[in-house]
Amino acid sequence: MPKQIILAAHFPGVNNTTVWSDPDSGSQIDFSSFEHLARTAERGRFDFFFLAEGLRLREQRGLIHDLDVVGRPDTLTVLAALAAVTEHLGLAGTLNATFHEPYELARQLATLDHLSGGRAAWNVVTSHGAFFGENFRRGGFLDHADRYRRAGEFIEAARTLWDTDGGDFAIRSSQFDIHGRFGAPRSPQGHPVILQAGDSAQGRELAARHADAIFSRHHRLEDARQFYRDVKDRLPAYGRRPDSLKIIPGVSYVLGDTDADAQEKAHHIRRQQVSPQTAILLLEQLWNQDLSAYDPDGPLPTADPVLDEDDTIIKGRAGMFPDRIRTANEWRALAEAKKLSIRDLVIEVTGRQNFIGTAARVAEQLDEYVQTDACDGFILVPHLTPAGLDDFVDQVVPLLQERGVFRTEYSSTTLRGHLGLA
Amino acid sequence: MTLRIAVALEDASFAAADWIDAVRQADRARLDFVTFDDRFGRQGPDAVLVAARVAPLTRHVGLIPVATTTHTEPFHLSTSLATLDHVSRGRAGWQVRVSADPAEAALLGRREPLGADELLAEAADAVEVVRRLWDSWEDDAIIKDVATGRFIDRDKLHYIDFDGTYFSVKGPSIVPRPPQGQPVVAALTHGPQAWERLDVDVYFVTPADVSSAAGFVRRIPAGKLVFADIVAFLDADQEAAIRRRGATTSDAAVFAGTPAELADLIAGWQPAGIAGIRLRPGGPGDLATITADLVPELRRRGLFEPSTATTLRERLGLPAAVNRYQEAARA
Repeated sequence: MPKQIILAAHFPGVNNTTVWSDPDSGSQIDFSSFEHLARTAERGRFDFFFLAEGLRLREQRGLIHDLDVVGRPDTLTVLAALAAVTEHLGLAGTLNATFHEPYELARQLATLDHLSGGRAAWNVVTSHGAFFGENFRRGGFLDHADRYRRAGEFIEAARTLWDTDGGDFAIRSSQFDIHGRFGAPRSPQGHPVILQAGDSAQGRELAARHADAIFSRHHRLEDARQFYRDVKDRLPAYGRRPDSLKIIPGVSYVLGDTDADAQEKAHHIRRQQVSPQTAILLLEQLWNQDLSAYDPDGPLPTADPVLDEDDTIIKGRAGMFPDRIRTANEWRALAEAKKLSIRDLVIEVTGRQNFIGTAARVAEQLDEYVQTDACDGFILVPHLTPAGLDDFVDQVVPLLQERGVFRTEYSSTTLRGHLGLA
Repeated sequence: MTLRIAVALEDASFAAADWIDAVRQADRARLDFVTFDDRFGRQGPDAVLVAARVAPLTRHVGLIPVATTTHTEPFHLSTSLATLDHVSRGRAGWQVRVSADPAEAALLGRREPLGADELLAEAADAVEVVRRLWDSWEDDAIIKDVATGRFIDRDKLHYIDFDGTYFSVKGPSIVPRPPQGQPVVAALTHGPQAWERLDVDVYFVTPADVSSAAGFVRRIPAGKLVFADIVAFLDADQEAAIRRRGATTSDAAVFAGTPAELADLIAGWQPAGIAGIRLRPGGPGDLATITADLVPELRRRGLFEPSTATTLRERLGLPAAVNRYQEAARA
């Protein structure tokens, strides 16, 4: 039997992947939007629904970022409500280990797991620094170096609490000193599914040690295979088997009646995603300085980026450029060679859709990725709220089912069961 | 004026079906709201998540979970309650609670328990922060202006810049303003310590009789809605109800008798000037008797009339919530 593909639906996020200017774009906050996407995913027999978390609105040039979708609901509260309108779909939420506490969060996740009949998942992320901290009691209390230590201890604490089955516990670690009686009996999954999303060496190690799945960023075939091998090779040291950790990159796709049609649609979407104003802001994120005087239809700046990683122009978003000067040189060379304006260049180099083509081609490519161990499945990131996955479920899912690589009916009631995890 | 009728759900079940069954009963009987009990130290589910779980399956009833201000992050409280208001389409509330229990402090491990006065001061700050965050987006902040490429008008988002003794919170919220603007905030109190300090809409109180109910109404600041709590053991057979009550004691009055007798008692308390009654079912089956027998009895007597309002604020007769930042900008 061929490897079975894992599929998840990512609710469109607060970044420029999400197109709000399209006439088909709906509310990012009404519950009906969440319900539509979740029901669509369940109709497509997806493994789970995925929600990010907001701790503070993003800022650029010291101002609240206003060009992308802004605003989202509280993660756990929406997932609890979605449990009411779905039956099988896993419900995964991003929850930050820095600005939550183990007892409260473990209790909330146990509650969600009980109330959903075993469908809860937790995507563990970390952050540090005063920017997010300004919304929380302890401020920027955690050093950058300690964030994975806290995340690891947090997961261990949560697992200890879940294992008490409503009994007594005492936990002492560098980050936590808590004791008492845990307020929830063992939930249907025992432990909600744990996802991890960090890509650094520390993040990979945390995942190899603690996670059931990784929400990865690697979607180019060779990168993805390398990442896959790297992470799976870390497992034996923790006494784990390769199939106990699933690798699931976040990906986007565009379908068309022909491949050429899909390419044309993809280009149109890219132009929607990168408005003239957004082009300048994305360029600023690399250059790390105010470029508002530049013409989006004109040439790139000739001066080099500002190298100050402690005071970046964008706040509230993970750093994307390890080597600013090198990337800037590459972008300038590309713009020169292809005669690209700032906006054209940004369209060219940022966030190109990963799978573009007819439904048959996309199904074939997704399958190839999974069968050749570039990944174990995909978290699909649609560009439209809430109907962005309709075409995928209508057109691609049946082809994956015909190939025998994707379920036609749910065979389990829990998310662990869907994912084939113990 | 008819009374508003609510029920306090104090069960600790982890089974979704139990909650759906209970809240649907209340919804069908057109009760004004239910409250969901909670505390960190109990064996029981997180109340906000329980309320969210039943929200899409009910249409009318207000949903007021207990959430503790001690040990929790005001930012998370604000966004989760705002989200409950979104998923319930304007039916959310919050019953504020503080925790003086050292055992609960040990579960969270962040600090020693505060004294009573400080707990209240911190709760007052938490309510202030939660309310400011709810107002931190003006209702028309989302503009989707293709010409300028702007999704929001950031001038309509506001830093709350709260800086208090126990925490500081910058804002704005990550959640757009909830449908009610300000979900309903409530608190159970037994004495005057909180009444001048907490910015709540509803006080639950525990009078022993009509004159003590009138005393609460007289002493609580004007503009707050006062709900009298009553523990109710109900049965068509008065003796059976009394047997079930046994030696039950409570901070609230404990009633045992027939639905008609409870209706008599409620009729007797109405002149005290209370806005409503919150019934605490004494045991299994009492919720069903409240919805099936007591509510029709109250309706026959003109003591209760289901509200046609769609939001909890409107149902309770609270004025439309004015956005403090919008007002300030206009001033």
